[in-house]
Amino acid sequence: MPQVKVIVTLKPTLLDAQGRVVQDALHSMGYASVEQVRMGKYMELELSAQDNANIEKEVKEMCDRLLANPVIEDYRFEVVK
Amino acid sequence: MSAGTLTKNRIAATGGRGPKFAVVRFPGSNCDQDAYYVIKDVLGKPVEYVWHQETRLKGFDVVILPGGFSYGDYLRTGAVARFAPIMDSVRAHAERGGFVLGICNGFQILCEAHLLPGALMQNVGCKFRCEFVTLKVENAETPFTRAYRPGQLLQIPIAHGEGRYVCEEATLQELEANRRILFRYTDAQGRPTPESNPNGSIANIAGIANANFNVLGMMPHPERASEKLLGSADGRGVFESLVQAAQTAMR
Repeated sequence: MPQVKVIVTLKPTLLDAQGRVVQDALHSMGYASVEQVRMGKYMELELSAQDNANIEKEVKEMCDRLLANPVIEDYRFEVVK
Repeated sequence: MSAGTLTKNRIAATGGRGPKFAVVRFPGSNCDQDAYYVIKDVLGKPVEYVWHQETRLKGFDVVILPGGFSYGDYLRTGAVARFAPIMDSVRAHAERGGFVLGICNGFQILCEAHLLPGALMQNVGCKFRCEFVTLKVENAETPFTRAYRPGQLLQIPIAHGEGRYVCEEATLQELEANRRILFRYTDAQGRPTPESNPNGSIANIAGIANANFNVLGMMPHPERASEKLLGSADGRGVFESLVQAAQTAMR
């Protein structure tokens, strides 16, 4: 059964408000070397074994339409067969 | 001070008839009743709830997408709601030139649905901000703002965690050039300062219209500021403007 791992991240030019909080927390804990924290989303999709040839195309469509918002986010995914 | 006695008299003269409003209800909408109440009881206009599973939106002049947390706002605010069955009809209504008003979560849904450009991100500072803010009417020549004076300052509350409007530079230039920014967060003197920006929105944007000026998205809640008793009646002008605009369109 194919599994797809999707990672969605904010575009690098946009301020990541949550990431900033985590970064500040790490600094206050003494981890001065942390220069930036960016938060993202990780999703695992379990697909039924079917037309494997179209998986990539279909997942890309899912990402463009729902899983990511192309206005503010980038995504990448990996199909684990 | 807002909107005008003239409008009020005109509404009274129509005896409660006139443009018909729809308030779309998603699972998780929570400002639907406030919007319905303002249209029905404050303005005396016909209004109906429309459930998100409906596919028809016929006979309505104005469609309101109310505030709330549609579908729990999972994934991203408005991301799931934009695929609700009713949204095809909302899009068709907008394409026909019908008026669409998205308030707060409604604004987020309109952006996700690409009926408005840009996106709404988590507030700078990560706080949920629930307070009165000062808004400046940047363009008073639209169906949503014609009851206001140009540059009028309004007291209207916000209540959101994801209200930071962002868009690409080219989009911002286009919004500015075509005066599609209808409301900005400002200080008491009408200056769009960083301090008066509650969420970090680009260019202090609080509300924008589409290119045809029949779709408005705004983060502040005019329906919560439509009666003096509730602290401000400054938001009523948005609804009064729509009544005027829809009446003009009906003639």
